[in-house]
Amino acid sequence: MGTSPEPMAAVSSSMEVLPRPRRTMPLSGRLATGVLAIVVLVAVFVPLAPLPSPRTVDTARSLEPPLQGRLLEELPELMPREGEASDAWIERGFGDLGLVSRLMVQGRVALFGRWAFSGVLGRDELGRDLCARICWGARVSLAVALVAAVVTLLVGVPWGAVAGWAGGRVDDAMMRAVDVLNSIPLVFLVVFLVTVLGEDSIRLALDRLGIGRLAIFFLVVAAVSWLSMARIVRGRLLELRDATYVEAARASGASPARILLRHVVPNLAGTVVVTLSLTVPRVMLFESFLSFLGLGVQPPDVSWGLLANAGLKALIPIDPAWWLFVFPSAALAVTLLALGFLGDALETLLDPRRHR
Amino acid sequence: MIAFLVRRVTWLVATLLVVYTVTFFLMRAVPGGPFSSERQPPPEIREAIARRYKLDLPLSQQYVTELTRLLRGDLGMSFRLADYSVGEVIAEGWQASASLGTVAMVLAILVGGAAGVVSAARPGGLIDGAVRTFTMVGISLPSFALAGVAVLLVVYEWRLLPAAGWGTLPQLILPAGCLGAVYAAEIARLVRSGVVEAMQSDWVRTARAKGASHRRIVLHHAVRGAVGPVVSFLGPAIAGILTGSVVVEKVFAIPGIGYHFIEAATTRDYTLAMGLVLLYTLLLGVAGILVDLVQAALDPRINLEK
Repeated sequence: MGTSPEPMAAVSSSMEVLPRPRRTMPLSGRLATGVLAIVVLVAVFVPLAPLPSPRTVDTARSLEPPLQGRLLEELPELMPREGEASDAWIERGFGDLGLVSRLMVQGRVALFGRWAFSGVLGRDELGRDLCARICWGARVSLAVALVAAVVTLLVGVPWGAVAGWAGGRVDDAMMRAVDVLNSIPLVFLVVFLVTVLGEDSIRLALDRLGIGRLAIFFLVVAAVSWLSMARIVRGRLLELRDATYVEAARASGASPARILLRHVVPNLAGTVVVTLSLTVPRVMLFESFLSFLGLGVQPPDVSWGLLANAGLKALIPIDPAWWLFVFPSAALAVTLLALGFLGDALETLLDPRRHR
Repeated sequence: MIAFLVRRVTWLVATLLVVYTVTFFLMRAVPGGPFSSERQPPPEIREAIARRYKLDLPLSQQYVTELTRLLRGDLGMSFRLADYSVGEVIAEGWQASASLGTVAMVLAILVGGAAGVVSAARPGGLIDGAVRTFTMVGISLPSFALAGVAVLLVVYEWRLLPAAGWGTLPQLILPAGCLGAVYAAEIARLVRSGVVEAMQSDWVRTARAKGASHRRIVLHHAVRGAVGPVVSFLGPAIAGILTGSVVVEKVFAIPGIGYHFIEAATTRDYTLAMGLVLLYTLLLGVAGILVDLVQAALDPRINLEK
């Protein structure tokens, strides 16, 4: 048991005298980082990859199991049809893409021509390529995580920090708000909100403002993701405010700005990173949960939860199309597991109070 | 104690009121209602119906009437399920959800508690490693992944249990197992860290110095360190598990409350959805109060008045 106390652990980094015993990331954490790096790379660069389009329907090959048919083929859908604008095929095959993704799709054609690995992980009931759908689905799942992380950092951290540092009545009022939100069953409330906001006429009104269904979904998920961060940051700041070294700095005449920047922020950083690493998988799980129930991401967009939902419907007693369920769930499970292990590793690495 | 209860109950009622108000006005703000289908009755009849249900009154008056009805325990009629009031739907779903939840929770406490204690008895050992890996998997995995794999293997591949349905014992095993697994993982994790921490405490050292065996120390002394965190976790968890795990009920087609909630949300059955949100808020609040009371009973250092 590594119980050796670290005398300097609670001292802010600028005042460190003894060298801190080196802590290294455990193996599980390094492996997890590698897995996550791969997932992120796939999500970012999938338009460049030689894969079929995630939307092209080919009913002749409905429910084809993995690794069947010609695995390498030249796809007709990656070029304009007769009498069509020269880049209409991009929208047809990949949906409404941003500029960078469009360029990447074009770059992919320049690089690989119209060749693609197809049917590696099987096909769904409409003959769409599952591998391509999973890779494109990674984008939505990771985008949710990113939005939640940003909101948590931009709202949760300042909220908790102000409440904790100000104390008194400000603290009371701010934490009451968090308490109210926390005592409401958020899962149920979010489902309710998404349903109401998804009502046709409201959706059309929001569409006109340029807020799509996906954006609403992101906003709602983000709106509830910052609460635990605010609580934890506040608790840590209450501790830090009364810490002896902060008192010492104040007594020796350091300005509030200096105290915050040199003594408080460095000690807060670990807590924030660890909490963030716990929030992100929770939000991704939540996204997949909502999409799985048909309340989150809507077709033709794809996300892992949506794919798993479709896959579950394919799990019928006779000839279950298991690949439709297993591969999207595995993608989600591996990512979440990696995030979990990474969070664990970061916790042991960064949290000075935790010895194991 | 009395002051504590009064404060907490007031707080709970206030929360319920906020939730009710928000959901009520959201519901009325949405244009689509029970009567906005394609086949419309003649306008006179629609007006008569609106008058009968006071839909022609200003919103504030509707709010007051509905609220007084709610206080009498009347949650209104379901918008979609013919001949069902929200109360009846809840009463029916409650049976399925509660029995499923009870079995799952008992499983979770037994399995999770045992795994946590065994794991903490030899930290860093082989069993500990295995338990910690499994708890990580259990906590990280989405419950539909677990449920789907279980169906694929146990039902289709090995043909051991029926796939779905409700009413017999074999039909209960798989959903309760899937539902309980997640909670078991959480409990195992909490128990493990609680026991490991207690193993370094003064009282355990004293017990060891007096010659108590390792087994006795773990089972008799250190386990107490895990009780607090587990009780805090169990409060919201029981509220959640009793109102039904939405996903498990959907996968196994169990007519519980969670299943009704998703149906209500996807078919825009607003009254039913609102009733269920209120029910869940209430349960969560009551569970929170109970947890605090139990904690205070277990640990004399906790002062409820503060």
